[in-house]
Amino acid sequence: MLINLLEKHKTKIIDKWIECLRNSYSGETAKFLKSQNDPFANPVGNTISTGLAGLFELILKEAEPNAIKSILDPVLRIRAIQSFTPSQATDFLFSLKKIIKEVLGNEILQNKKDIDEWFVFEIKIDQLIQTGFDIYMECITKLYELKATEMKKRTFSAFERAGLVKDNT
Amino acid sequence: MNVKYMFPLAAVVVLMLLSYVGAEAGGLSALFGIVIPYLAVIIFIAGFARRILDWSNSSVPFRIPTTCGQQKSLPWIKQNKIDNPSSLGGVILRMFFEVCCFRSLFRNTKNELYNGSHLTYSWEIWLWVAALAFHYAFLVVVVRHLRFFLEPVPACVKLIEFFDGFFHIEFVDSIIQIGLPGIMISGIVLLAAVIFLFLRRILIPQVNYISLAADYFPLFLIMGIACSGIFMRYFTKVDVIGIKEFTMGLVTFHPVIPEGIGGVFYIHLFLVSVLLAYFPFSKLMHAGGIFLSPTRNLANNTRAVRHINPWNYDVPVHTYEEYEDDFREKMIEAGLPVEKELK
Amino acid sequence: MTELKPDELLAKIDRNPPASGWMDTPIEIRKGIYCYAANPKSVEYLGLPNARKWNPLEKDWKLPENWQEIIHNGFKERLEKFRTFKIFMDICVRCGACADKCHFFIGTGDPKNMPVLRAELLRSVYRNDFTTFGKILGKVGGARKMTLDVLKEWWYYFFQCTECRRCSVFCPYGIDTAEITIMGRELLNLIGLNIDWIATPVANCYRTGNHLGIQPHAFKDMLDFFVEDIEEVTGVQLEPQYNKKGADILFVTPSGDVFADPGTYTCMGYMMLFHYLKEKYGLDVTWSTYASEGGNFGFFTSHETMKRLNSKMYAEAKRLGVKWILGGECGHMWRVVHQYMDTMNGPADFMEEPVSPITGTKFENAKSTKMVHIAEFTADLIKHNKLELDVTRNDHLKVTYHDSCNPARGMGLLDEPRYVINNVCNNFYEMPANTIREQTFCCGSGAGLNAGENIELRMAGGLPRANAVKYVHEKHGVNMLACICAIDRAAFPALMEYWVPEVDVIGLHELVANALIMPGESKRTTDLRGEPLLGMEDEADE
Repeated sequence: MLINLLEKHKTKIIDKWIECLRNSYSGETAKFLKSQNDPFANPVGNTISTGLAGLFELILKEAEPNAIKSILDPVLRIRAIQSFTPSQATDFLFSLKKIIKEVLGNEILQNKKDIDEWFVFEIKIDQLIQTGFDIYMECITKLYELKATEMKKRTFSAFERAGLVKDNT
Repeated sequence: MNVKYMFPLAAVVVLMLLSYVGAEAGGLSALFGIVIPYLAVIIFIAGFARRILDWSNSSVPFRIPTTCGQQKSLPWIKQNKIDNPSSLGGVILRMFFEVCCFRSLFRNTKNELYNGSHLTYSWEIWLWVAALAFHYAFLVVVVRHLRFFLEPVPACVKLIEFFDGFFHIEFVDSIIQIGLPGIMISGIVLLAAVIFLFLRRILIPQVNYISLAADYFPLFLIMGIACSGIFMRYFTKVDVIGIKEFTMGLVTFHPVIPEGIGGVFYIHLFLVSVLLAYFPFSKLMHAGGIFLSPTRNLANNTRAVRHINPWNYDVPVHTYEEYEDDFREKMIEAGLPVEKELK
Repeated sequence: MTELKPDELLAKIDRNPPASGWMDTPIEIRKGIYCYAANPKSVEYLGLPNARKWNPLEKDWKLPENWQEIIHNGFKERLEKFRTFKIFMDICVRCGACADKCHFFIGTGDPKNMPVLRAELLRSVYRNDFTTFGKILGKVGGARKMTLDVLKEWWYYFFQCTECRRCSVFCPYGIDTAEITIMGRELLNLIGLNIDWIATPVANCYRTGNHLGIQPHAFKDMLDFFVEDIEEVTGVQLEPQYNKKGADILFVTPSGDVFADPGTYTCMGYMMLFHYLKEKYGLDVTWSTYASEGGNFGFFTSHETMKRLNSKMYAEAKRLGVKWILGGECGHMWRVVHQYMDTMNGPADFMEEPVSPITGTKFENAKSTKMVHIAEFTADLIKHNKLELDVTRNDHLKVTYHDSCNPARGMGLLDEPRYVINNVCNNFYEMPANTIREQTFCCGSGAGLNAGENIELRMAGGLPRANAVKYVHEKHGVNMLACICAIDRAAFPALMEYWVPEVDVIGLHELVANALIMPGESKRTTDLRGEPLLGMEDEADE
């Protein structure tokens, strides 16, 4: 069973996956993200490591889409504000397939049933990627919304209503 | 391989060779034994003083301590007198803890979450431990070396030696042979701490990223000094009497070069000289700078006692009169009081 | 050539920057991180150098021809004038204790946001221009020449620091990156390299007395709006006083409280407190339209500009003949008032040593500057039982408290606001210890960086703070983030909306006003925002 194989190699896959995401940062930063365990001193590193570990568990367990979303959201929320291009920000989702293939290697090819199951499993990862896109776009939209409305919402509204603002210069 | 540490490493190796060859083969023992040490001490003292004077010449226009605790305000609110001092006494305490205990470095608290919700705290103390070990070991080594410069050797120096060498005392029965010195912990700790600080710079990527050649050079120098010292003490069994004769000559300004004190000694002495001469021009001046750091050595009492800025000067301001002139009509219309009515 | 398979294609994207030293890593000014250049009209209005239209993304920054000389001389002058600057240039040992303490480094992951490197940007030039070793050894000695690239790097990174001083707490020598950034920005301003989010508020403040450029009649109109709102909630009619000569106390607060939600509710809180004290104890407090800004964006420009804007507080206190000044809730305003004002624009010998006329408490800690923080003032009132409070009126809120950087690390105002909160609401939860008090994390938008165009930077810089809020939200159900800073109140709503949308933002005196039982008030069913009180959901609808 593929699922047993994945369970067996879970730790290794998760570690590689986390490593891969961390390595999208520069070397000094990647090491910081890894070494500092304090969730408050290092929110990025901790969100990445707990997030990806949790995600993989959920994928194995046939979890609810909402549960997946709630774990994936914090990770992508961070990626969305860190000056990555969309493909860079979401790249780690695509890497999962590659990492699993690397870790399982030939084991997966030894059994026809496993190969069949792999194709099904790939669809699950594709669904994960789709969820990821939704979240990422939600974050980006939120940023633009904040950009566009923050001033209006918080500041000038009352003044403008009263026609009280006049440019100084 | 990295120029940031290869360059200083090469420099220290060259310095070692230079002194060894120069004194042993080149017959320049007077230069390395007398001229350079004197010169180094002069540079150290003059350079250190100049640097301190230079800093003192810059003014302290504002009183801007970094406050790390509750201020003195209402009588029933407990002030943190050390981390947010409001008086000279508090400042002295704060500086004491800063200088003697490296209090700020100790502040590195760290949380960990267990089972996703249970929060615990711990300290990240390795930098603090290594820094303390390094500085105190260095201090003990320096004090121990006073034995070479003072006659008779003061009791306090002997006392420190006694404690420093407590291994010696413990194993006194087995190694009580004359001529075999006990193990001095300070030298070992010093070398270990320097190596730790060096490895930290190499291995922690963030620290590696920010390190400069100027950060590696003194580490290599001190490693060289510690190694040559340990080598002389435990391996070559250097002629201590001869060296004392030599150092006493230096301090009494009747320098002589005794026979047979060996090349390693010149390496040791030369590296110490280089360290002394390098000191005032480098980051090692943090030893003096910390006492003058305005974010630490001032009381947080600016609202109670006016601080004077020696170069305070007048600046163009927008006066109330100009302001009222600008808006008088609107102010009157809105019912705001004005100084001058409309004409 | 064979076609690339998708996996290989991805592998080709090398996201790791080359492992070059930081000096050799060129900067790339990124959208979402940088702030727009200063409007030339604002720069000109203040008489500051090199007013012109320029764009940071363009190659040519339209600098004066001798800009290197201007920077060099400016550098030299500041080394002589500020011991902090000179010592901080000389004594850093690069131990790395500060490296991971900066919220911008934690959030953005950009290694040049490590405080030590921010300072090295200046130090490298200092070594080259002012030290013998640097001149001889060049790059090996950590020195580099002042080039256009270096200048751009300065500009980019000195406007990615909020001067919060968190790194300074952990530095064994007290090296304060805020001080470094202040010097860096002063130098940049010598050749006209400010950002507009700072320059235009400064120009506005110079002319109209406040950052938004609210003119006197509009300022009064705004407070009159609040009077109406307060009457709706409490049934009490307030009469705030403006520019009143002979009042006991002049009140100055950041204009953010007057014009920006949710600061407006904090402002209502002040007004209600003053009304209460007037009715009960006859305390005479006046607002000023001339000194209508407590904040001071001049502080983010240069020491001189800070002094020019700050001068209005004492000038107005003198003109009105008040006994002392009371200051509202604001972060950097209090850094300026506490650590600079008396020195720059004092002595304030025309006022009296502050005494609370209600409790008789002498504010010994403010006897020279003669300005008291409203949290100190209110804590004293509560301690002496001078306020009638109905704490249950904040029961619909679960509150946590954010220590603003400047009152925490530039003053030490930590327990006064906590005392007030604990006395006006029942549900208060602290965030984890390494995110509060002197270790508090910045909102990520201070020091003039709360613009719109740098929203990614702000969200990243605010992440450590938001992360701690999220923790208490999930653990205790916290739904309100209390603070004593107008920039916090302006910046947190967006930060919360992005990271923890369930949490809203509140000023300390809004909490006080919710609980304060006003003389002659009608039964309250809602808080100041019109939200129903706990158990009043039905009545509030009516």
